[in-house]
Amino acid sequence: MQALTNRSKVVAKKEMTFIEKLYLPAIFSGMIITFKHFFRRKPTIKYPEQIRPFSGVYRGQHVLKRDEIGAERCTACGLCAVACPAEAITMTSAERKPGEEGLYREEKYAATYEINMLRCIFCGDCEDACPKEAIFLTDRKVDSLYTRKEFVYGKNILVESKENPISLVKRQTPQVKEFKHHVEFAHNQTYDKQKKVKNSSH
Amino acid sequence: MPKVTIDGHTIEVPDGTTILQAARMIMDKGEGNGENIAPPTMCYYSKLKTSGGYCRTCIVKVSKGSEKDPRPMPKPVASCRTNVMDGMEVQNITSPELLEARKGVVEFLLINHPLDCPICDQAGECHLQDLGYEHGLAKTRYDFKRRTFNLIDIGPYIKLHMTRCIMCFRCIKVADQITNHRYQGMLFRGDASEISTYIEKAIDNDFSGNVIDVCPVGALTDRTFRFKSRVWFTKPMDAHRNCTKCSGKVALWLKDNEVLRVTSRKDKWGEAEEWICNECRFEKKDIKDWVIEGPRHIDRHSVISANHYESLAQLKLDIGKQQKQLNGKS
Repeated sequence: MQALTNRSKVVAKKEMTFIEKLYLPAIFSGMIITFKHFFRRKPTIKYPEQIRPFSGVYRGQHVLKRDEIGAERCTACGLCAVACPAEAITMTSAERKPGEEGLYREEKYAATYEINMLRCIFCGDCEDACPKEAIFLTDRKVDSLYTRKEFVYGKNILVESKENPISLVKRQTPQVKEFKHHVEFAHNQTYDKQKKVKNSSH
Repeated sequence: MPKVTIDGHTIEVPDGTTILQAARMIMDKGEGNGENIAPPTMCYYSKLKTSGGYCRTCIVKVSKGSEKDPRPMPKPVASCRTNVMDGMEVQNITSPELLEARKGVVEFLLINHPLDCPICDQAGECHLQDLGYEHGLAKTRYDFKRRTFNLIDIGPYIKLHMTRCIMCFRCIKVADQITNHRYQGMLFRGDASEISTYIEKAIDNDFSGNVIDVCPVGALTDRTFRFKSRVWFTKPMDAHRNCTKCSGKVALWLKDNEVLRVTSRKDKWGEAEEWICNECRFEKKDIKDWVIEGPRHIDRHSVISANHYESLAQLKLDIGKQQKQLNGKS
C-alpha cells in the first residue's frame, strides 16, 4: 500500500551493542538525574503549616460588614443577587422595628441572607453591585466541610462579629477609598447624615 | 385635521390633540425608527382627566408654531398641555438644547428625592429611576438637607412615603375621578407642599388601591407587599377572576406559587389598562383565586426581564395545549 504521506519511517529492529547489553551505564545516568533533584529547591510547600502569601486582591469568603456603630449595612436590596452570575445568593428582607436602629442601618434589613459557596465562583460582582458597601470578598478561604448543606452560608457565618471586625485593608487600598469618596458616591453619605436629622421641620 | 411633524415624523391628528398624544400616536403606528420620540411623562396620565402640567419632564421645543404663524415658540412647552396646530414642527430627541433642559428638570425632580432605591419597593419599575437613568445626571449637585417626613399609613393597605413624592397629583386625580369621595389632598404650598390625609384618615373606597399604580415613584406603596421581595425576583403573570366590582383582569407577581402582589396591567406607557378593585388587589393572595393566562410581556430593557423566561413558559403552555389535544383525539 502506498503511504499517504512521506513522514512514515521504517523501523528496523537492530541488535543491541555490548555496552547497551550491560545496562549499567544507563542505570547510572538515570540515577544521576534522580540525585540531582535532591539538591534542588523544593517547588512544594508544607501546606497547613506554611501558607503562601495571598495577592491583595484575592477573592475568598464573603463578609457582610457592619458600620461604625455596629449596625448591619446590608439593606437586602437584592442587587448582589441579581448581579450574581451563578445565582448563589438568596435573601429575604424584613422591616426594622423601632428600637433596632443599633442593629440595622436602614429601615429594611436582610432577615436571612444565604450564599451557596458551592455555586459561588468568587467573581466579586456582588461586591461591585452593592450600593451600601455591605458585602466584600476577603482573603479568607472557604473551609472544607463534609456535607453540601453546610456550604450554604447564612448570616451567622457571613456577618462579621462586632468584637472581631474583618479587616479589608488589603482590598480597600487608599486609591479605592479615594475613589469611593468621590462626589458621585456622595448620596450614600448624605443619606446617612439625613437619617440622623430625622423628623425635621415638618 | 391639523398636521404636525415631530422629530421628522408627520402625522395628521384630530383637533384638540396635544403634542404628547400625537407623539404617542406616531409611536403606536410603529414609526420613530426605533427611537422613542414620545416625551417621558411623570404627571400626565392619559386615563385621568386634567392630569399633567406639573412635572415639566415632557417639555418639547416647538421650532415652528403653525402654518399661519411660523415663528418658533420662545421657550420649551409642556407637550401634555399644548395642543397641536396645523403645520406645527416639534423637536424632542433631535434637539440637544431640549435634552439639556430636560436634564435640568430631572435634577429638580430629584432635589428632594431621597435616592433610597435599595429600600424602596418601587425600584425596578420606577419611572423616576428610568427618567434619571435616561435623562439625568450621574451625580447630585445638591448640598442641602433634603426634606424628610414620617411614614403615614393610609388605611390598612397603603403606605405613604412623603419623602419620595414628586408632587405629580396623579393620586389626587384618581381619588377625585375613580372613587366617589376623596380624603387626601395637597397641603401647604411650594417647597413645603405635601400629600396628606387630614388626621391620617383611612381611604376605604373600593378603588383607592389604584393610587399605588398611578404613583410614578415609590411614594404610595402596597403594604401587603412591603419588603416582601424585590420586583425583579418575582414572576409577572397575566391572570383574571370573576369580580363583581371590576374587570378582574390583573397582573400577578409570583414567587414560586405564592402571590406576592397584584397590580393592574400596565400598557407600554406605564399606565394601567383597567382600574382594579381593592378586593382583587389586596385580598386575593391565593393562586387558586386566579385563572392564570400566561407570563406577562416585560420589556427586555427592564431589570424585571432578568430570569423572566417568557418564551420558555409560553413553550410549556403550548406543549401542554398540544398534549391535551392529542389526548383528546386518542
